[in-house]
Amino acid sequence: MKSIMARDRTVIALVALCAALGASAWLAPQWLVFLLAMALAKGLVVLGLLLLMRTGLVSFGQGLYFGLGAYAAALLANRAGIGDAAVMLLAGTACAALVAAVLGLLLARYREIFFAMLSLAFSMILYGLLVKSSTLGSTDGFNLHAKSFAGIALGAADARRVFYGVSAIAVLSVGWALHRYLGSHWGRLSSAIRDNELRVEYLGASVYRVVYVNYLVAAALAGLGGAFAALAVGHVDPETVYWTTSGEFVFIAILAGTGNVLAPFLAAAIFEALRTLASQYAPNVWQMALGGAMLAIIMFLPGGLWTLLKRKPA
Amino acid sequence: MLTVVFDGVVYSSWLFLMAAGLTLIYGVMRILNIAHGSLYAIGAYAAASLGGAWIAGGQAVWATYVALALSALAVGLLMGPLIERGLLRWMYGKDEIVLLLVTYALFLVLEDAIKLVWGVESKMFSEPYALLGNFQLGGLAYPAYNLVLIAVAVLTGVVLSWVLHRTRQGKLLLAVIHDREVSAAMGINVSRFYLATFTGGAVLAALGGALTAPVIAVSPGIGVEVIVLSFAVVVIGGLGSLGGAALGALMVGLLRSLAVRYWPEGELFVIYMVMAGVLILRPKGLFSQPEARRI
Repeated sequence: MKSIMARDRTVIALVALCAALGASAWLAPQWLVFLLAMALAKGLVVLGLLLLMRTGLVSFGQGLYFGLGAYAAALLANRAGIGDAAVMLLAGTACAALVAAVLGLLLARYREIFFAMLSLAFSMILYGLLVKSSTLGSTDGFNLHAKSFAGIALGAADARRVFYGVSAIAVLSVGWALHRYLGSHWGRLSSAIRDNELRVEYLGASVYRVVYVNYLVAAALAGLGGAFAALAVGHVDPETVYWTTSGEFVFIAILAGTGNVLAPFLAAAIFEALRTLASQYAPNVWQMALGGAMLAIIMFLPGGLWTLLKRKPA
Repeated sequence: MLTVVFDGVVYSSWLFLMAAGLTLIYGVMRILNIAHGSLYAIGAYAAASLGGAWIAGGQAVWATYVALALSALAVGLLMGPLIERGLLRWMYGKDEIVLLLVTYALFLVLEDAIKLVWGVESKMFSEPYALLGNFQLGGLAYPAYNLVLIAVAVLTGVVLSWVLHRTRQGKLLLAVIHDREVSAAMGINVSRFYLATFTGGAVLAALGGALTAPVIAVSPGIGVEVIVLSFAVVVIGGLGSLGGAALGALMVGLLRSLAVRYWPEGELFVIYMVMAGVLILRPKGLFSQPEARRI
């Protein structure tokens, strides 16, 4: 067992990243902590997309679960008066998973462009509801605050760092779990489904069930990411559900590639850093740079940035 | 009730102009073109600039209608071949979903290109709209410009279906839509039809934008909302079907005006509910034709 762990570079990298992020929670300036928190939140959503893409599916509606997670957390804080961040994160995840458990029954039958379109339609339905619901603040959304984290009271700015540090560890544990999942029987079936669905059926495995479970996991991850982002920003609005948000996740996923569970976090960090820089220095060509980068990756680096890091097999 | 229907038909006409191009491009090239929304926005900007310049130059207001048509044509004929030959041509043969992502990237690029060319301030260009005045319907005053919109949409639909079903080139195009490989094997120059279809679609998108320019404040981001609505329309009607696009546009337009009248909160909700409903019950859309089986 020990020798297996020692050989798995991904686990080593995850542990190192965990330590680095934990340290940065104490040492880094506030803006960097925020940037890293957003990168982790979006990385989680993209991690879910990675799982779907391994199965050969691209969802243009992950904003649905991102927004659901965010709104579930925010409503809990704002309406139910529960101010514990850990509860909010769990609620966001559970809410997204519940909705996905129902919608997944339908979506698991769809492929390609129809999967993308139906997931887009579902997310736009929620958007249509949120934009027009005045009790939830319509297009403006509303604010939320976490008062404690797993029972520990959060007060001053330092306490936010506790929240961020602990969350970073939690998020990376999720990454580790997914890494294990991808290496497992079901994880390997996913790639097989992408390559040839019919053959998987002939082998006696249920394609429908694998797609359904993967969809559920991706939605739960997006819900967790949404709740996490809502806590980091302290605000939710319908933009979290809009198709441009979903498109952003797809973009980060393309940037990352599906090679490794670390890739989404890496890509999300690059994305957030570039966005922060661009909003300061070049707000009007930011999207153009994104689009150009995306085209370049699709044409010349279809495996994503991760393929640059991967060693060529000896 | 009459007013609800009229509102719906006006909205449908506008949707149809967008959706017709989108659905044809998908039918022929299997590309669900997100950048269609950008072409719409560029059409609107071009019309507002050209029309505004003509009026500033002392031209009569009626002449701005020529400006609308001209700018749509110019944008379509310039951008269509540029995008198809310059970018999409290199992508053929990839998965539909990858092509979707390519047009998404293109959409991002064009959104900022618009900002660079026209700036971020919104442009007003309401002269053609004001010129025609109002008419009375059901006790309410309606801008007569809406009738222009309906007329153009109907004309577009008639011309397109005439070309598709009555001309040689149109029939060849239908053959390409039905089965690209066999068409190519029969000696049809498929790549020429790709170029023609994409350019035609671009002209339609730009026309939709140009005709909308007098009604709205032309500002960055107008293409973002339009494109999801057009997606809803073509998905409801059936991807690749012109009749489907017309039916989808009518359904969405009427639904929206009904919702605006009786349940304003549900305006967007009902449209996407129908889109999801159609995808669930008839994934290939209401007007889908049986596909040729490939072995």
